[in-house]
Amino acid sequence: MNTIELQQTLPEVFAGRDGINSDVWHRQVNFQRGKSYLIEATSGTGKSSLCSYIYGYRNDYQGIICFDGNNIRNFSVEQWVDLRKTSLSMLFQELRLFPELTAWENVQLKNTLTKYAKRKQIEEWFSRLGIDDKMQQKIGKMSFGQQQRVAFIRALCQPFDFIFLDEPVSHLDDGNARAMANILQEEMRNREAGIVVTSIGKHFDLPYDNVLSL
Amino acid sequence: MIWKLLKQHISMSQLVGFFFANLCGMTIVLVGIQFYCDILPVFTQGDSFIKKDYLIISKKVSTLGSFIGRTSTFSQRDIDEISEQPFCKSVGCFIPAQFNVSAGLGIQNMRMSTDMFFESVPNKYVDVQSDKWTFEAETGVIPIIVPRNYLNLYNFGFAQSRKLPQLSEGVMGMINLDIRLTGNGQVKQMKGNIVGFSNRLNTILVPESFMNWANAALGSGKQSEPSRLIVEVANPTDDSIVKFVQEKGYETEGDQLDAGKTVWFLKIIVGVVLSVGLLICILSIYILVLSIYLLLQKNTTKLENLMLIGYSPSRIARPYQGLTIALNALIFCGGIGIVCAVRAAYMEVVENLFPQGIGSQGILPALLIGGVLFIAVCLLNIVIIRRKINFIWWERMKKR
Repeated sequence: MNTIELQQTLPEVFAGRDGINSDVWHRQVNFQRGKSYLIEATSGTGKSSLCSYIYGYRNDYQGIICFDGNNIRNFSVEQWVDLRKTSLSMLFQELRLFPELTAWENVQLKNTLTKYAKRKQIEEWFSRLGIDDKMQQKIGKMSFGQQQRVAFIRALCQPFDFIFLDEPVSHLDDGNARAMANILQEEMRNREAGIVVTSIGKHFDLPYDNVLSL
Repeated sequence: MIWKLLKQHISMSQLVGFFFANLCGMTIVLVGIQFYCDILPVFTQGDSFIKKDYLIISKKVSTLGSFIGRTSTFSQRDIDEISEQPFCKSVGCFIPAQFNVSAGLGIQNMRMSTDMFFESVPNKYVDVQSDKWTFEAETGVIPIIVPRNYLNLYNFGFAQSRKLPQLSEGVMGMINLDIRLTGNGQVKQMKGNIVGFSNRLNTILVPESFMNWANAALGSGKQSEPSRLIVEVANPTDDSIVKFVQEKGYETEGDQLDAGKTVWFLKIIVGVVLSVGLLICILSIYILVLSIYLLLQKNTTKLENLMLIGYSPSRIARPYQGLTIALNALIFCGGIGIVCAVRAAYMEVVENLFPQGIGSQGILPALLIGGVLFIAVCLLNIVIIRRKINFIWWERMKKR
């Protein structure tokens, strides 16, 4: 997948508004593979909605969203399952980890499905993000910042053309945020993937090709 | 891993409840079917000349009928009507002899001689398999099948009171009867040989070929109407037979209809038992479905998250489907085990009561029906689980 195209897309809840002042909503926007984008937003402007539309778990929008020219509204369950395994990765704002499993199990849950990352590679990510001692700890007993890093590692354990990070560093200190940014940049280069980061203030330190305000 | 996640919220008590309820229902159904299949041959397997699926029909002999001279024979129209009935496969006529018969028997120094009669039916209705059951005019020996009652009458009535030796069937077969046939102004001396005994057919039977030959030689030459018919029926327990016979005022010989009634009662009882068993099965499956629904409902968030990280609905459904299939397999095996145990208990009694009449198919009926039930329930569960998980996927879309 090379392009994600938003044609006049607008969340249905915004449809009644008098005017939309946004770089994304109700405009023509293209996300290209291999480039990085930052979407800055204030709370309530539909940042997570955008992610969920593109990730296919909500469809309460107007307009058209296309992957390589194909309207995603017509995608079947199988197509979505396939996309989520091979083309699209998402770091959810609410993480969507399983609190009853350990950090390692949470990552493995994804990696056994995709069989993408080697064990050594995963361990390296854990150690670079400073949570290698937490691998066998239950997610439920970890801080939100630690959980964010686990969710980030999980998001890397699959092939992708685009990765979406919904407020990835909201609970991270600068050091860990930088470590995460470094890993992300490496992976972006290795996979020639596109990156879309959303933020409501705290910046993720990357050389963005385009900054959009929602 | 996925199982570790999904097994949470599984209610053991609900599954155990389902297990025992369904085991109970399944066992009732399987034991019912097995018992039915084991017992039915006792009533349907004929042990006599007339197989269970042959009926002998005659017209009622009434006092008034005899008085006004109404015949008790079947006309060609009657025969055609019977053969047109849906239950009827074929009709054969009893052909009476048109000549007089007397048979003599010499034992030690005593001679007995009696007037008697012959009848014949087409060979395909004869089930006494004997190579002697053919007649050749040159040899002059007539093979005869007599009712076993005659032998019993002699052995236990006549012989005992006269201090005469009792005769076995084998000895009877060796005895040569002197048969004297008179008719049409002629007399023929022949030998008779008893080749078989019949439990239910109340006639003295000779081969059709002999009857044709003798009637031609000694008879009046007129075609006489049969007074009894032998009807091959598809299913002797068919209600329509009883109805037809009663409507026409015919009578059936022997206890065939009694056996039919027994079979009918057996069917009713087994039907009731099966319905109860099936009802319990259905209710227990309902429990399982509810339990799975509840489980899926409790795990909705987990299922959603699994689907969001790339698990397909079918992959998520698999552990639950596996669980139900394992449960059902366990129930199936348990049910078959109980059937084997119960069968062993009742078969001992049944075998003593009816040494020859038991079906030899083993527990095949229970296995078959159990297998069908197992597959049906599994398919039902698989579909229900899959639909529920797909429903969660689409619900997710509509949320918010």
